[in-house]
Amino acid sequence: MTLYGAVFYLLSAIIVVATGMAVTRRQPVHAVLYLIVAFSGTAALFFLLGAPLLAAFVVILYAGAIMVLVLFVIMLFQRSPRELGLLSDWGPAALLGVVFLAVAVAMVFKDPGSGIVLRGAVVQPRDFGHFLFDRYWLAIEIVSILFLVALVAILHLGSPSTHPSPQRGEGKGEGLNYYKEKHP
Amino acid sequence: MIVPLGHVFLLAGVIFSLGLVCTVAHRNLIMTLVGVEVMMNAAAIAFVAAALRWQLMEGQAFVLFILAVAAVEVSVGLALVVSVYRRTGSLDPDRYDILKW
Repeated sequence: MTLYGAVFYLLSAIIVVATGMAVTRRQPVHAVLYLIVAFSGTAALFFLLGAPLLAAFVVILYAGAIMVLVLFVIMLFQRSPRELGLLSDWGPAALLGVVFLAVAVAMVFKDPGSGIVLRGAVVQPRDFGHFLFDRYWLAIEIVSILFLVALVAILHLGSPSTHPSPQRGEGKGEGLNYYKEKHP
Repeated sequence: MIVPLGHVFLLAGVIFSLGLVCTVAHRNLIMTLVGVEVMMNAAAIAFVAAALRWQLMEGQAFVLFILAVAAVEVSVGLALVVSVYRRTGSLDPDRYDILKW
């Protein structure tokens, strides 16, 4: 096993363990912190697989922006013990994951092309940028429009006029009760 | 020289199935969104490995778009979660029944 291979298996162990810890945590804050570890490992893996620009983007976008956004949104909510639990019948979910994993493993080992050993190569960020804006500039523009649409949607969802205040009706303060009592 | 292609795909498959279980089994909408993020991460790993295997940059370009779509998805999804929490006071999808009366 070469040094690169050892680094790959180490990184994949870190990613799988951190993701596994993340998906089994009851507290969302713990899950997000484990996921930051997993995404940092993913960035290192991208660097190993010859994509340094994407590694930087994963650190900035996934481990930085998205996870911090999720962390701040978690801080907005009150905890309720019921939401911290898994579904009572989580057996089918685990079965679904195991079946999917078995099918994926079978397909990967059935394919003769999967034994091909990857050769190390690096795409320089400059070449990648030239390639992207030469051939896929339209897709880049479409992505920017997608961001604009998302911004408009978020501004609409977050505006106060979208939300009738639950306290206005019966003075109860419980949003769910308000909606149930309004339509008896 | 690094590893066989199948091992990277296996890693992506393991991460994807973990994200699938996280999406389906949790009773918290934020954890559901986190599971979707994990699944997109697995897809990105598979794309980067395939780009290295065939020495084509299209795979990496696709990963860039995956990143953009993931950012948009999580921001709009969290805005929806906050909106629905303000209406119902709960993060549990089982309690989102205000459309039936």
